[in-house]
Amino acid sequence: MNGNEWSWETFFDALPVVMEGLSITVGLTVSSFLLALLFGFVWVFLRRIPYKPLNWLFTWMMEFIRSTPPLVQLFFIYLALPVLPVIGITLSSFASAVIGLGIHFSTYIGEIYRAGIESVGKGQWEAATALNFSKRDKWTKIILPQAFPPTIPMIGNYFIIMFKEVPLASTVGAAGIMYMANNYGSQHFNYLEAITIVGIIFLVLSYPSAVLIRKLEVKMNTRFDKNAKIKEIKEIDKGAML
Amino acid sequence: MAEPIVRYEDVHKSFGDVEVLKGIDLDIYPAEKVAIIGPSGSGKTTIIRMLMTLENPTSGDIIVDGTNLWKMEKNGEMVEANEKHLRSVRGDIGMVFQHFNLFPHMTILENCMTAPINVKKEDKKEVRERSIQMLERVGLGDKLNNYPSQLSGGQKQRVAMARALVMRPKIMLFDEVTSALDPELVGEVLEVIRDIAKNDDMAMVLVTHEMDFALDIADKVLFLDEGVIAEQGSASDVIEHSSNERLQGFLSRFRG
Repeated sequence: MNGNEWSWETFFDALPVVMEGLSITVGLTVSSFLLALLFGFVWVFLRRIPYKPLNWLFTWMMEFIRSTPPLVQLFFIYLALPVLPVIGITLSSFASAVIGLGIHFSTYIGEIYRAGIESVGKGQWEAATALNFSKRDKWTKIILPQAFPPTIPMIGNYFIIMFKEVPLASTVGAAGIMYMANNYGSQHFNYLEAITIVGIIFLVLSYPSAVLIRKLEVKMNTRFDKNAKIKEIKEIDKGAML
Repeated sequence: MAEPIVRYEDVHKSFGDVEVLKGIDLDIYPAEKVAIIGPSGSGKTTIIRMLMTLENPTSGDIIVDGTNLWKMEKNGEMVEANEKHLRSVRGDIGMVFQHFNLFPHMTILENCMTAPINVKKEDKKEVRERSIQMLERVGLGDKLNNYPSQLSGGQKQRVAMARALVMRPKIMLFDEVTSALDPELVGEVLEVIRDIAKNDDMAMVLVTHEMDFALDIADKVLFLDEGVIAEQGSASDVIEHSSNERLQGFLSRFRG
């Protein structure tokens, strides 16, 4: 086998091997993202604590996580965390990757949530108070239903950005497609086809997602648009008449 | 006369270093219609925002139906009210805002139904009927399933009034409710307020620049100037018999 030229034979030989990692890659993406979505809320909550020193601490923590590379964080979680005294814990490759990517991206997601919440005007809070809503109902019935939908396209963008960072997990041994391709390459002294396959898989998965998110964005922008809604209502009315 | 439903006792309010209210004493009786007039920045809106619990007074007491609004008893001492206490008192108070503050993600019917259902836990079917009646009363019976963005300013403000009314408050506050409207839409909103004033027996407090209207429907007019109630009494007392120069100056500007 010649390692310098493109070979379809190698391509089809590597394809099933690389594909074996697909479920791990998808699993990593979904798990990390769910963790990021969840932890994003935690950041919003922590940063709303009125006690200044705590507020400062969490703001700084968030800033710190955001301004250090995810690769460094993954290495820290996988390699440095186990040897720390007292709190030292050993995590599997998969868990390290999910926690590392999830927490890293939760800082961005948290900022998006915060922007969404701040985009809801003061008048909405006041109207909710005037109608005597409980604190919980203010959030769940009035504020979040308005804050969340406009953030969906941005959150979608981060999903794609994060998806493209998932190959980093191979550096801590999580056996996704990148890991499998790398393995294949080192065993056969030929990386060209295997790595190309990884690129194609990412393209095939992320391009349609990007298109979908753009559509979602248009839909969100016209959410309370007069004409769009009137049309919808007319259709409902028509349905009621039939 | 009956006991007042709201009593302000030496209420002060400062924003930072600026004292906007410098000792307000005021009684509002059940079913009484009170109009607050005065120059901009005189603290009119702040008076009713404190009653709606949107601002807390710097000092003094506001008593609502016998209960201190901003203070509560704890271990025999009066301490600052917590949210639970505020909730138990503010249920009797409703407010209509200058900028409507309708919930844009709900239809106008849902805007009216959400608080009775979620806050007062009332029966959904009954609330629905009551809300429809109320929206018909303000002339919007044909818009039930529209969203606020599809309505004119005057229509939005009428929805806001219906939304406050379905909660059956004992006290309704109107915070410059026509100030954000195009001139040709003011009339339809005032008409609804007039209807409420005539037919409902709740107390009403209107902060307004619609001078003739205020004087027409109010039992009591307050002239607020530089943080104090400079003049109060029946409309005719205040307008015709007051010797307060600043009040006369203020009124003359509205009479052209």
